[in-house]
Amino acid sequence: MAESVVSVEQLTKRYGDLVAVDQISFAIRPGEVFGLLGPNGAGKTSTLECLEGLRTPDGGALRILGVDPVRHPRKLRDLIGVQLQSASLPDTIRVDEAMRLFCAYHGVPPRYDLLERMHLGAKAHAQYHELSAGQQRRLALALAVAHDPPVLFLDEPTAGLDVPARVELHALIRELQAGETTIILATHDMAEAEELADRVAILLRGRVAATGSPLELTATGAALTKISVRTQDGCLLDAPVTFTAAQQAATKGEYAIYFSEDTAQTVAAILAYLAAQSDPLVDLRVERPSLEDRFLEIVTEGAAP
Amino acid sequence: MSAFAQHLAFAFRTGIRNRTLLLLNYLFPLGFYLLMALLMGRINPLFPPIMLPSMITFAIVASTLLGLPDELVTAREAGILRSYKINGVPAVYLVIIPALTTGLHGALVSAIICLTGPSLFGASPPTDWLGLIICFAAAWLALAGLAVLIGVISPSTRVTVLWSQLVFLPSMILGGVTGVPADLLPEGLQRLALLLPPTWAMRALNGWPMSGVLGASSTALAILVAGGLLAFGLAVYLFSWDRHSGSRRANPLLALLALAPYVVGVLLGG
Repeated sequence: MAESVVSVEQLTKRYGDLVAVDQISFAIRPGEVFGLLGPNGAGKTSTLECLEGLRTPDGGALRILGVDPVRHPRKLRDLIGVQLQSASLPDTIRVDEAMRLFCAYHGVPPRYDLLERMHLGAKAHAQYHELSAGQQRRLALALAVAHDPPVLFLDEPTAGLDVPARVELHALIRELQAGETTIILATHDMAEAEELADRVAILLRGRVAATGSPLELTATGAALTKISVRTQDGCLLDAPVTFTAAQQAATKGEYAIYFSEDTAQTVAAILAYLAAQSDPLVDLRVERPSLEDRFLEIVTEGAAP
Repeated sequence: MSAFAQHLAFAFRTGIRNRTLLLLNYLFPLGFYLLMALLMGRINPLFPPIMLPSMITFAIVASTLLGLPDELVTAREAGILRSYKINGVPAVYLVIIPALTTGLHGALVSAIICLTGPSLFGASPPTDWLGLIICFAAAWLALAGLAVLIGVISPSTRVTVLWSQLVFLPSMILGGVTGVPADLLPEGLQRLALLLPPTWAMRALNGWPMSGVLGASSTALAILVAGGLLAFGLAVYLFSWDRHSGSRRANPLLALLALAPYVVGVLLGG
């Protein structure tokens, strides 16, 4: 296995009596998109901010490309790009000024091409307070990647973005990943994590409750596959019909809905029943448990006394 | 252009783009100057000799004490300082740059006052321009230092206004800035006034620049420079990147040390 780019060992962060992060450990490989998931107060932001050098950990060891964020904050600055969730720029700074200023602090030429890429070219002379929330987030991302950092932290990157901007941002994240940038993505959006992340860690009460690829995590859950069936004559709606391996049944509009442990067996049984009833199939949808389902399962288990 | 120069240029432009700062840097001091020159210049024969020192002091006080602290607190509350930190902006820049740009705005306003006061309103002109520049710099150092220190230790914009007004309002009444000579005040109030940096700024600007005698401003200059350096040092030491970090090096009450030179001034009796 390649040496990890980000290594977190026994990280602890306290605020008075509250233990926000409780001895968590994980490692992130080169070029990986690593999702950090968890409900509010799970310790995501504290973990990220310790890694970014914004907070001092109370225990544990952190390394980003071998650099300790606490001991060598200046070295860290050029290694990481950060799009903070709760950060801002001065109201009166212009978009092009912000790009010039931040690039100057990193010692690189201004990347006006990124403004074009983030659809901010026409807003280059606009002041920060004149930008929409989405434009402000895109500017923050452009500034975060302007010095071409090998490690990128994204905290809720698509919050407040409209669909086209979100699609564009996802494309940019994939492009950065293809360019070997290691990305740590904190998000509440499970679909986003499932789509972008190679691996995720689910934090709960300051601890890592689960870690793995989205596929691995969803495969280990107790959630069942959802099968929705619509037929021409609605024979499945008239009276409850049970099938092999399907544990629950419900109806929603013209659809009969089943939850199955064995998708293939249940689907085969449904099709055989429809053939016997001479009721043609109109629509059949199979939805495997999503990361969101697994996340809710973990959070619910974790919240149970 | 270096990052520092880029940041300084941006911060200078902010002093004009931001309406509040534009008001405090230019409109308020120049408006007050016009009002005082037109009214006090005609009804108070004691005012023209002190018009330039008092109006320059007022310009520095308005732009520093009223403008600077809120700018810093707002930047901290809005997360702007965090954005700077993750991009490698040193804390010392965030203390010095707004102070420097305020000084530049103050210098421009002072130049307007010096150029128009004698010819338009019969103000006594300075006799020593070098003395004027040095005394201006010392007054700026002391007041900008105090202003950034207030901005650094204030937990919120509301508290900032309170701290700033605590210095600003008595200075208007006791410091001789409004054209009432400080030596006409009762002795107790005169001593109290010595705790206020604007009083020493007024003394410095009314001494050497107007009389041409360095000795007339030497004590005030020493106190202003000591107070300014101490305040800037404390501001850098007590600087906090965000309100939640709890990473401040020491208790904010340590900021009271910045008043030590003025206390010495009181003990010396001015």
